[in-house]
Amino acid sequence: MIEARNLTKYYGDFLAIEDVSFKVGKGQIVGFLGPNGSGKTTTMRILTGFMPPSSGTAKVAEHDILDESLEARRKVGYLPETVPLYMDMTVRAYLEFQGNLRGMTRTHLRKRLDDVVDICKLGDYRDTIIGKLSKGFRQRVGIGQAILHEPDVLILDEPTIGIDPRQVVETRQLIKGLGKEHTLLLSTHILPEVSMVCEQVIVINDGRIVAVDKPENLSARLRGSEQVRLDVRGPSKDVLTRLRSVKGVREVTWAPGSGDRNGYTIEAQPGLDLREELARLVVNSGWGLQGLQTGGLSLEEIFLKLTTKEEL
Amino acid sequence: MRNILTIAGKEIRSYFGSPMAYVVTAVFLVICGYFFAASLSGAFPEATIRGFLFPSAFVLMLLTPLLTMRLFAEEAKMGTLELLLTAPVQDYQVVLGKFLSALTILAVMVALTGYYAVILFIYGNPDAGPLLSGYLGIFLLGAGFLAVGVFASSMTSNQIVAAVLTFGILLLLWVVNSAGGLFSGMPQEIVDYLSPPNHFRDFAFGVIDTKDVVYFLSMAAAFLLFTVQSVSARRWR
Repeated sequence: MIEARNLTKYYGDFLAIEDVSFKVGKGQIVGFLGPNGSGKTTTMRILTGFMPPSSGTAKVAEHDILDESLEARRKVGYLPETVPLYMDMTVRAYLEFQGNLRGMTRTHLRKRLDDVVDICKLGDYRDTIIGKLSKGFRQRVGIGQAILHEPDVLILDEPTIGIDPRQVVETRQLIKGLGKEHTLLLSTHILPEVSMVCEQVIVINDGRIVAVDKPENLSARLRGSEQVRLDVRGPSKDVLTRLRSVKGVREVTWAPGSGDRNGYTIEAQPGLDLREELARLVVNSGWGLQGLQTGGLSLEEIFLKLTTKEEL
Repeated sequence: MRNILTIAGKEIRSYFGSPMAYVVTAVFLVICGYFFAASLSGAFPEATIRGFLFPSAFVLMLLTPLLTMRLFAEEAKMGTLELLLTAPVQDYQVVLGKFLSALTILAVMVALTGYYAVILFIYGNPDAGPLLSGYLGIFLLGAGFLAVGVFASSMTSNQIVAAVLTFGILLLLWVVNSAGGLFSGMPQEIVDYLSPPNHFRDFAFGVIDTKDVVYFLSMAAAFLLFTVQSVSARRWR
């Protein structure tokens, strides 16, 4: 239902997301997990057609977001992070406006208006001015407009941010219920939320996808490992065998470089710092050590940046 | 078309839901009424609306920025623009819808001065031609001004900035030909052409010159086109 292919977005010189690819199958609830500023909102804005990617493309509900933007937009319900409400409108007028914009017929709109009011429990507030509603209710109106036109795909950006704990629980239940009828992509920076609501998690950090997995598997990976990246001039076969034989090394992957100079990524057991040992090995074998660095942020470190507990 | 009307309808309701439309209309009517009354109070009053037409053009220059400043700026600030631009609606439809709503308010404002004509017909024997052409002129002039305002509003998320920008552009156009000594010959002709009052004058005297109609229509069209570009550019930023 959602298929992102190599999405990259620059804001001026700033690289917001790089080479983001993922798929969301029909009827799945997928969580987009990452610290603030990791590129969640940027990705969602591209998927919803708010802005185009610098390169790459995506398909939403079988429509290309660039070539068939209007068709794609028709099939998406979107709740941006800042809930987009007109404070001077009543709930009913607001929902009618959104329905009309999406080309709903009068009868369909009337029927869905009742459904949405029901689903989002807005019954008593139909004719209330939105500006007078509490934050939690505004959030529900925001979700209401997103599901109003029965979209195939729902994209919710931080749907539980800034509302009180009791309302957070209610909102999560509401979202879980929505997953039965819609394909759902939601972003969050709260770790427990993902395991409560989602079937699949995409972890994003600094604009790159670092893991895609089921929530329960992620916690296993949370124990994590240490990564070292080496840049070595030497015969790749020998280098690989020798590196793999080092005690504490779990896995070595390599990326071909130019000539006999290649990049290697070494996954070590957690808590082990193998940098010196690896350097010694390479130099003693007579190969050229061109570079050595600890590999970026481990999944563990990314999770440390996440909110790992509920804010109460 | 339906999308344009949906957006226009929402904006019109929003105009009348806030004091803005009422206050602007009231100020417009008070000042125009004052000049109209004054023009009928001389020793030899003429049965024309000319006495209010010229001041009204100036008053519109001051008031239209207030009508248009919120159209895009407020949505950008509140984040609602994100939803509007992800709805299955073309950018030009958003722009036209918003322009149409401002145009409606302008039409209401101008229509409310219609009782001047009624008074003239009751107490005098006015010439209907200049009356109608005068109203057409003021509507066209207002439409051009509103388009400038819509454009300015699409450039910023700050309503005050939008208003000041609109006012700046309009005032510059208004006075551009009066920089004595700066231009002569061909350049002076160009700046004379650019200035709205020069195109407004004939309407007041009952002359509908195609040149003037084209001037105001192309002013509106050009700035609406700029607006569509500026809204689309938001996406690419």
